[in-house]
Amino acid sequence: MAVFTRGFGSRRRESDPRVPPGQYVTEDFPVLSAGPTPRIPTEDWTFGIRTEDGAVRSWTWDEFMALPIETVETDIHCVTRWSKLGTTWRGVSLDTLFAQVETSAEHVMAHSYGGYTTNIPLDDLLDGRAWVAFEFEGEPLAPEHGGPARLLVPHLYFWKSAKWVRGLVMHEQEDPGFWEQNGYHIHGDPWTEERYW
Amino acid sequence: MRTSGWLPATITAVVATTPHARVLTLDVPAWPGNAPGQHLDVRLTAEDGYQAERSYSIASWGPGTAVELAVDEVPDGEVSPYLVRDAQPGDMVEVKGPLGAYFVWDAADTAPVQLVAGGSGIVPLLAMARAHDVLGSVAPFRMLYSVRSPEDAMYRAEIEALGRRSLELTWVYTRRAPDGWGGTVGRLTPARVAEATWPPERRPLTFACGPTSFVEAVASALVAAGHDPARVRTERFGGT
Repeated sequence: MAVFTRGFGSRRRESDPRVPPGQYVTEDFPVLSAGPTPRIPTEDWTFGIRTEDGAVRSWTWDEFMALPIETVETDIHCVTRWSKLGTTWRGVSLDTLFAQVETSAEHVMAHSYGGYTTNIPLDDLLDGRAWVAFEFEGEPLAPEHGGPARLLVPHLYFWKSAKWVRGLVMHEQEDPGFWEQNGYHIHGDPWTEERYW
Repeated sequence: MRTSGWLPATITAVVATTPHARVLTLDVPAWPGNAPGQHLDVRLTAEDGYQAERSYSIASWGPGTAVELAVDEVPDGEVSPYLVRDAQPGDMVEVKGPLGAYFVWDAADTAPVQLVAGGSGIVPLLAMARAHDVLGSVAPFRMLYSVRSPEDAMYRAEIEALGRRSLELTWVYTRRAPDGWGGTVGRLTPARVAEATWPPERRPLTFACGPTSFVEAVASALVAAGHDPARVRTERFGGT
């Protein structure tokens, strides 16, 4: 039985095919963070990928900046129901990073400065669909939005785009990260509304 | 507990709590109960099938089918103006929840708790303060509530009563204080945060909720004062 809300709908926005179901468009840039914002000077920053045999490939900030940098224009979607359209980022593709790593594990746990974690299948990070981004709309990424660098996986809900990312750890099986243990879906596709447990 | 599907909900009461915010009580027959601090999603369906969905914190806690929300009108918003101005008892919405397992106070935890609210960020913290009060918890509770002016304080009378009964309450007025109020008026500074909150040596669990800039400032001040970042839990709304 449909439940109608009497008198609702007079302030509706135009629908937009770029907006996944259950989302609304926002012009500003809300912040979803479970705790305080860590501050990481770029001179102390490193990013590493640890494989299933314990090998670590890591980059300093300067080494990272010397990698091929891509400009990404994309829409982003937060599980708290806002979407932001046409955002522009600069960062390094995960394809570039994984080209320097030998792994046969299929799952990834992203780890952040401050202790945040999120799990992502490796397939979702490859083929031009994920980056480590350090610039937003032409400016260095602000700390509250994940600077100096965050994961950018825009085809999944944005909690997967770990702020303050410091590394990826390869896992043989799918283990849940922080929000995945605290109520959010293990995968997080916004188009099929993989929001919650 | 797995998240439910959409549950029919009937609005049973609407009460203004500030000039721009309303407390709405819903009856949700299939509600499984919720922990203090959780939130839910609300779905509104227009008569022509158009739908909009939003997340709101829950002011109530515990078992039972009465679910209380307090909604602040977002200027230029789509859903909050309806809930604050138009919705009436008898109107129906749908809800999904309860949601979130992190920004939650565990009533069995006796560690000191610091609540820090900015504006409508009071809602999930009130659920915690209510649970603490009703259960007679021995956990020492403090609340810092920052509002622009006295009229902007949601649940003012109830919070004053909790302040007399079961928690240590500090008001912060950022634009205008009540007549005869002796304290400072203006934005929260790190020194005022330190003054009005548990010292780091007490190892409090802090819950801070409010606009993004407010929560950023408070959480940074607490970390700078020596609080363990892992014991500062935050919920932010609005953009940068």
